[in-house]
Amino acid sequence: MKTFILALIIIAGSMLIYGTQDMPNWGDPQSPASVHVSPYYIKRSIIDTETPNIVSSVLADYRGYDTMGETTVIFTAAIVCFLLLRRRDEDEGDR
Amino acid sequence: MLELLLSKYNYWLYVILMMIGLYAMLAKRNLVKKLIGMNIFQTAVILFYVSIGVKTGDVTVPILPYGHHHGHEQAINVAHYLNPLPHVLMLTAIVVSIATAGVALAVLILIYRRYRTLEEDEILKINQEAGT
Amino acid sequence: MLRSRYQDIIAQTIVRIMVPFVQIYALYVLAHGHYSPGGGFQGGVILAASLVLIFLVYGYENALERLKLATAGRLCSLGVLIYAGIGFLCLLLGGNFLDYSRLAPIFQVSLPRARSLGILGIETGVALAVMAAMYSIIMDIVNSDTGNGESHAAGHEIENGETSSDGK
Repeated sequence: MKTFILALIIIAGSMLIYGTQDMPNWGDPQSPASVHVSPYYIKRSIIDTETPNIVSSVLADYRGYDTMGETTVIFTAAIVCFLLLRRRDEDEGDR
Repeated sequence: MLELLLSKYNYWLYVILMMIGLYAMLAKRNLVKKLIGMNIFQTAVILFYVSIGVKTGDVTVPILPYGHHHGHEQAINVAHYLNPLPHVLMLTAIVVSIATAGVALAVLILIYRRYRTLEEDEILKINQEAGT
Repeated sequence: MLRSRYQDIIAQTIVRIMVPFVQIYALYVLAHGHYSPGGGFQGGVILAASLVLIFLVYGYENALERLKLATAGRLCSLGVLIYAGIGFLCLLLGGNFLDYSRLAPIFQVSLPRARSLGILGIETGVALAVMAAMYSIIMDIVNSDTGNGESHAAGHEIENGETSSDGK
């Protein structure tokens, strides 16, 4: 079983490595990810939001809806841990 | 071949890391080890995203220095700042991965309470003896 | 349950000195997120780390005295409420959801400055939510009953609510 899984892993890994041929080079300033929307964020951030930290302005302003979803995920995780693990009958009053 | 290795070695490292995580998730019998494998897999994805945002040359972190305030759009050269978008996405992904790891640990505690073990084959054996 | 392995006088003294500075630094990371690396997520995690430090060296009960788990749950909800509330406030003022420039008449500032203040507001909400969620997850997991007590009937023990977790 382990040898089968190992063979599977090696096949999948070599396919992924074969796929990296079409990826942009490391540190390429003209890579597709760096020319689509990120120039807009870098140029407009200080004008639109007066926030020099571009990561903050993208996180909370341009993509604020996404971040609200992430916050809700964390909140849900806390609720799930609370529902799964906390014992109800041992707490006397508010704890 | 050597040029390929030199220009894209970062992806190769992340593929290796990702396969280590995938092997742990598939081959290990212990559920905690599977969880650790899942975290290694997540780390590989996070590193992959961060490496996409890298630019070589005269580049700094995506924080504008003082002096760009009050609207000087022409002064900002895009090639001087890293791509902020992968950083944003991974910033939230790291915190979410911690939260999901907490939920997974909670589920593992419940499994241990029920079956008194965390070995996958023993759990399956107990289920076979009990059910049907 | 994690026993009080780290509870000795040296660790307690060091942590008592360190914790206020850690929390001040967390607030700095949160409030200075516009100008330096930082923001709600990082500040919230550092705040939670200071509380976990208290738990590690002072024990479970003392950490609960600092921040009760019910309060942590309320803070977590409050953080998400602040975030969504600012979004709906923008909606009520005639803009899109989370369009902070609509807050400008309230603060009497320019449109970009209003967006900057809106970012600060929701980062505060995120920090509260992350801090309370991390603290509550860690405290729940640490205090959970693995059922390693004397009873071997697994489901039976949960129903009775026997507390076999020692080391309190």
